[in-house]
Amino acid sequence: MGEQSAGIPGILIEPADERASLDFDDIQHFLMSRPPARAARYEFLTFASAKGGRAWLTGLIEKVGTAKAVGSNISDARWVTVGFTWNGLRALGLSEASLATFPQEFRQGMAARANILGVTGPNDPMHWVGGLASPNLHAIAILFARDVTERERCRQEHENYVKQCEGVELLSALDLEAIPPFDYAHEHFGYRDRLSQPVIEGVGEKPTPGSGPPVKAGEFFLGYPDEEGAGAGMPAPEALSRNGSYVAYLRMEEHVGAFREFLRQHGQTPEQQEWVAAKLMGRWRSGAPLVLTPDQDDPALGADYSRNNDFNYGTMDPHGYGCPLGSHIRRMNPRDTAVNMNRRKLIRRGGTYGPPLPEGVADDGVERGIAAFVGCASLVRQFEFAMNVWANDPSFHELGNERDPIFGTQDGTFDMTIPKRPIRKKIKGLPAFTTIRGGAYFFLPGIKALRYLASLTDGC
Amino acid sequence: MATSALPKNESLKSQAVETSGKADWTTPQAMAIPKGGYFADHVEQGRYGPIFPKTPACYGFSVIAKVIPGREDHLYNHAKVIEKAIAENPTFLAPLKAHYLRWVIFKINGESYMMYQGIFDTDFDKYCEDASVLFGKSGIHSAFEALEGWPKDYATNPAAIVKFFREHQFPSFLEYSEHPYVSCEEIKKSLKLKAAFTDMLDLMQ
Repeated sequence: MGEQSAGIPGILIEPADERASLDFDDIQHFLMSRPPARAARYEFLTFASAKGGRAWLTGLIEKVGTAKAVGSNISDARWVTVGFTWNGLRALGLSEASLATFPQEFRQGMAARANILGVTGPNDPMHWVGGLASPNLHAIAILFARDVTERERCRQEHENYVKQCEGVELLSALDLEAIPPFDYAHEHFGYRDRLSQPVIEGVGEKPTPGSGPPVKAGEFFLGYPDEEGAGAGMPAPEALSRNGSYVAYLRMEEHVGAFREFLRQHGQTPEQQEWVAAKLMGRWRSGAPLVLTPDQDDPALGADYSRNNDFNYGTMDPHGYGCPLGSHIRRMNPRDTAVNMNRRKLIRRGGTYGPPLPEGVADDGVERGIAAFVGCASLVRQFEFAMNVWANDPSFHELGNERDPIFGTQDGTFDMTIPKRPIRKKIKGLPAFTTIRGGAYFFLPGIKALRYLASLTDGC
Repeated sequence: MATSALPKNESLKSQAVETSGKADWTTPQAMAIPKGGYFADHVEQGRYGPIFPKTPACYGFSVIAKVIPGREDHLYNHAKVIEKAIAENPTFLAPLKAHYLRWVIFKINGESYMMYQGIFDTDFDKYCEDASVLFGKSGIHSAFEALEGWPKDYATNPAAIVKFFREHQFPSFLEYSEHPYVSCEEIKKSLKLKAAFTDMLDLMQ
């Protein structure tokens, strides 16, 4: 949801005729633009018949927002995206020859590769909700809406539409709403969100200072040159090989009560608790980066997109005295301390679900968290790398026994080291602040590819 | 082959519990490795397939491939290319976290083969992905172009390089280390610490 996106990177600096020749009218808007939505709904669907699935898709194509349409029309009230699992493409009737051209990780799906991602223990797919680990998960309809009223109108409209499509059934759904106050994006733990997003070359946006150069479109959209040249491993036929993307969906519950209790255990004063929270993330909850302001919060800096990404680690904080080596942001974006960074970029979309838990209130046991999509052109090289090597590798930066303190799979046996002079602080037995409640890999085809899929016939 | 697959480093974690003193760098260790290169109940699952286990001698590989007839001199010439690349930028291959890399040419029935052997600290898949980019930039890849089966699209397709390395890997059946499981970074840190203490003692004179 992007109501809070005003002021985030994305200042148009290139005249339209100087923008790269991306097919803005064919690429789904999802990874290209962030509409001003305060509510969302994800619907997970299954197709009992290929014909029914294709009928559903046929009627929905006109409602899918393209990068061109969403980027030029700010009066819209809802934005629709459609994606398919590999099983879903098969359920639509795509030929086995074509199915075989998709990359192995997509063919296998997230649930089958949970071990590779480090998604184990309570996060294991056997515990997932909503049928997300099921081979019957075929499609997702992502609705972003300007407000809850519009979302409910669309929900009802889609419900009526699905009833008309024989064999199409709703497996599960998730409603999302932004957390107040709405003037900045944040999640249930209170951290400012959406501070660091890659800029796509040719889209016409200027990266914020410190964010690095724009990334080749082929890192996110099939059929375009990527950072190493022509992209590899394109699906066939050609209709599917251009303007599509892969997204990894993660429904991540946030244990707000446990998080706040942890802060209380490790900080005697509110200021100390904020310090611990900042060290876990690598930024103060205001968004101010620890590298730039290691000793005290600076909310103005956190909100200033011209400054809040303007830092590196290699020369400004090599030992992690400001931003710990194992903190969340240092793992998920090691900046100048990792190689091939432009081959690891990801675009994140999504929002928060569940009611916010007021400060001072005991955890009510209601599920709340983040339901996010990570978009890229290669799940194995980009998303799975981030999970396998950055989030869940205990040896990251030679730490030895640590995982991402916020997002990594924690079971009480890993640590968190906070470099500090003269002696570092080590927190032993970090609890799990989050649990993965579901996930899936989806292919977001371009509009022409959607029409191709809708035009398939049985036995083709 | 594997009977079960464990997530990254879970295999090491469980081994550490079972093998007391595993992390003790002062006690030399050897590890016998089953046929096929994997421990059936401790297979680390990587993004491109099962990862050969970390041993007291860290991660590593021994890739053996046939040299395209007539290209042996090409390999010797490119040894100088690699030497020059590293001399000009000594930290160029640092991202690979390699302890040692060895290139060996040998003959079987009059035909040339090359063995590329490495000891490193990152897992096999990450090594191959990083290497694919670095080799392309340094000219090192040219050496591999002399090998039969080297993927033509290596420059743009890291997965193809990983596949080549996997298909030509010959796993060890025994590995040994005088300082087990110590990473390259830890060795360098220790030497830096020694140098710092030496400086301190000099300043105390």
